[in-house]
Amino acid sequence: MILRLDNVHTYYGKSHILHGVTLEVNPGEVVGLLGRNGVGKSTTLKSVMGLVRPSEGSVTFEGQTITGIPPHRVAKLGVAWVPEDRRVFKLLTVAENLRTGLDRAGVDDGRKRALLERAFTYFPRLGERKNQLGGTLSGGEQQMLAIARAMMLEPRIILLDEPTEGLMPRMVSEIRQIIEALHQEGVAILLVEQNVPLTLEASSRVYIMEKGIIRHQAPAAELRQNMAVIHEYLGV
Amino acid sequence: MEQILIQTVNGLVNGMILALVASGLTLIFGIMDVVNFAHGDLVMLGAFVGATTVAATGSFWIALLSAALTIALFGALLQVTTLRPLLGRDPLTTILATFGMSLVLQKYAIWQWGPTARAIREPIPGQFTLFYLQYPWYRLGAALFAGLIIGGLYLFLRRATFGVWIRATTQDRIMAQAMGIPVPLVHAVVFAIGAAMAAASGVLFGPLAGVTHNMGFDFTLRAFIVVVVGGMGNLGGSILAAIFISLLEAYASLIVTPAQAVIVSFVVLILTLLFRPTGLFVPTAR
Amino acid sequence: MAPRSQTPYWVGFSVILVLLIVAPLVLPEFWRRFVTEILIWGLLAMSSDILIGYTGMVSFGHSAFFGLGMYGAAAALLAVKPANLWLALLAGLVAAGVIAAFVAFFATRLREIYFSITTLVFSQIFYVIIFTWTEVTGGENGLTFSQPALRIPGLFDVRFTPASLHWFVLAVVVISYLVLRRVTQSPFGMVLQSIRENEPRTRAIGYHVERYKIVAVLLSGLFAGLAGVLYAIQNRFAAPDFVFFVVSGEVVIFNVMGGMGTLVGPIAGAAFFLVLREVVSRYLIEYYLIPVGIIFTAMVIFLPQGLLGFLKRRLNS
Repeated sequence: MILRLDNVHTYYGKSHILHGVTLEVNPGEVVGLLGRNGVGKSTTLKSVMGLVRPSEGSVTFEGQTITGIPPHRVAKLGVAWVPEDRRVFKLLTVAENLRTGLDRAGVDDGRKRALLERAFTYFPRLGERKNQLGGTLSGGEQQMLAIARAMMLEPRIILLDEPTEGLMPRMVSEIRQIIEALHQEGVAILLVEQNVPLTLEASSRVYIMEKGIIRHQAPAAELRQNMAVIHEYLGV
Repeated sequence: MEQILIQTVNGLVNGMILALVASGLTLIFGIMDVVNFAHGDLVMLGAFVGATTVAATGSFWIALLSAALTIALFGALLQVTTLRPLLGRDPLTTILATFGMSLVLQKYAIWQWGPTARAIREPIPGQFTLFYLQYPWYRLGAALFAGLIIGGLYLFLRRATFGVWIRATTQDRIMAQAMGIPVPLVHAVVFAIGAAMAAASGVLFGPLAGVTHNMGFDFTLRAFIVVVVGGMGNLGGSILAAIFISLLEAYASLIVTPAQAVIVSFVVLILTLLFRPTGLFVPTAR
Repeated sequence: MAPRSQTPYWVGFSVILVLLIVAPLVLPEFWRRFVTEILIWGLLAMSSDILIGYTGMVSFGHSAFFGLGMYGAAAALLAVKPANLWLALLAGLVAAGVIAAFVAFFATRLREIYFSITTLVFSQIFYVIIFTWTEVTGGENGLTFSQPALRIPGLFDVRFTPASLHWFVLAVVVISYLVLRRVTQSPFGMVLQSIRENEPRTRAIGYHVERYKIVAVLLSGLFAGLAGVLYAIQNRFAAPDFVFFVVSGEVVIFNVMGGMGTLVGPIAGAAFFLVLREVVSRYLIEYYLIPVGIIFTAMVIFLPQGLLGFLKRRLNS
């Protein structure tokens, strides 16, 4: 187990968003988190990242309790976050965006270059736009950049928040391939999505969330056979 | 005609020093949404430290360096103790807090250095003939030096790792944190840089007009105006605005007394807020 | 929140009122003047509280309203002989009111920081004009004039004695306080506070936030101007120092340290601060402002409700 949330309760001001979330991700595993809009999926990721502080419960990463530690330390430990709205640094170039993940202690110039090369191999379009400002990229390209940027951290787990939202079908299948490639490299992924077919394809296990709590969990294969459960919770 | 040209030079010189103060202020505002009411007092403190150091060592340049470093450290300390707890609170609170700081700093200056004004001797003596005037070399030197510092800042922000961190944090503090950028440290450093630049301005300005404990207020007021006219958080804009306003004031003082010429900058501010509130020198959105 | 009995409040109020009425009869002249000045600054601080404490707009320009009230009164007292008290009041209020209208116009279009900076700039503009327009305003030296008599045609016409002047000021301040109290407790006052808490939501509910802000600024400016008129009458001079930023700054200090949004708090803050200055400055000259400033900053960070608010909460729980 690489990441574990245990009975996590999180508030936004007075709103009680997470009502005791418990879930687990194993090393190298792709785990899906499904649920309707507003049930708390993004808040779950933010609670892991330290962007919101759980009022109760704990978050453990690689055996270490990380509940409530500052986000920049969580990132240094090996957790990368790709937010729902991408949040590309609009006034930095593509290269500078990637650089924010590369400029870390213990990474020499050679490794930086290798990592950049890898990013451009995965995402050739980013390589073409290396010196363009992040804000001038299209939606799909920004999503690529957000993922590539996370990869520069060489994380052991990536928290992916709705990567296919608002993207054309062609881009969606590109994202699918990226997830698979990351999985091949042994990076664990906690995938929050509204796109059910993609999630069932990419994940090995899936959690279903409703109103701030996990209602169901099952291997993806099982859910693929039994879509009734999906219909019940997501009304899809 | 010659008068206008002389005033142009004056305006540029004053503008560069003002730009040095204002760029620190706008940098601080851009990254942590803090309107530093005490910024002018950092200029004042820098000037006093500079004056004391010159008196002790006889070297203007050592004084400049030591003032910048001392006030930078002090600024970082101030940020960590007073402003960090206020992160995320409403702007009202930070204005009041920095106002309180300003009060303390001004009175501290009287306590530490006494109420009399200090002087800093020009490091570059001599004058040259500008039309019918004997114009001090130092004025040009000060403007040039201010320009160098600003240029250095620009390069730092563009190229250096920490500079990229500063720019990223200014654009999206949350995402910067998620990328492992130590945002609390970045905040402290930016405040320190702003303070250092303010202190440097104080020392550069010293030979031009003396060092008094209430010189800060004027700088704060002018810097505020420049930052608003240039566009809050817009570095290039505040430099242009500083020069623009200083030029206008210089020209105005041909017609009215210098004391009244300041009204020009006030009017520019009000016009900006009425018609282009995001700033006169901000590129219009595409 | 269950309505608490108002009795203890009115009892306390009456006690203080009685003390203030008796003051000129028992205190030496110096302290009598001191108390009267506290009342005047208290009124100024109260006026500022309408903006800072209730509407959430920090004004760094109250010295402008104060100063214009002062100079407006001065103008009336110099222009018309014999000096007419009511004309002075009117002139001062009109002068302050015009500026308040000006500022109000900006208030509605600017966010907090910009508003605060603009008020600062405004007061500086007036300072510079008053300071340099020596022919009209007396420049650096200000204006001196004689004290008007208290004259109500048909009733009486008496010169002020120190005591009666004090009572006059007291009456004006008490009436102002009661009026402002009524206003802040009215639906109008509630809307102001709602604007302070959450402006977008107040707007979304359907209130014309702009109109409320305009009225708030006008109200605040008028009462600040009134304080200026009283000051002119009491001291018989007007000086540009009172238009300078320092006055605005002190007013903000009274507000924060006394307790924003309480009306009484700022008066208490003014009293506390002025007494402190009087007592302490004999030994520490201006340095007392260093610990005061530190305490002020600490209060802003940790005790945003000020002394009175802090005590209020302690007493409530």
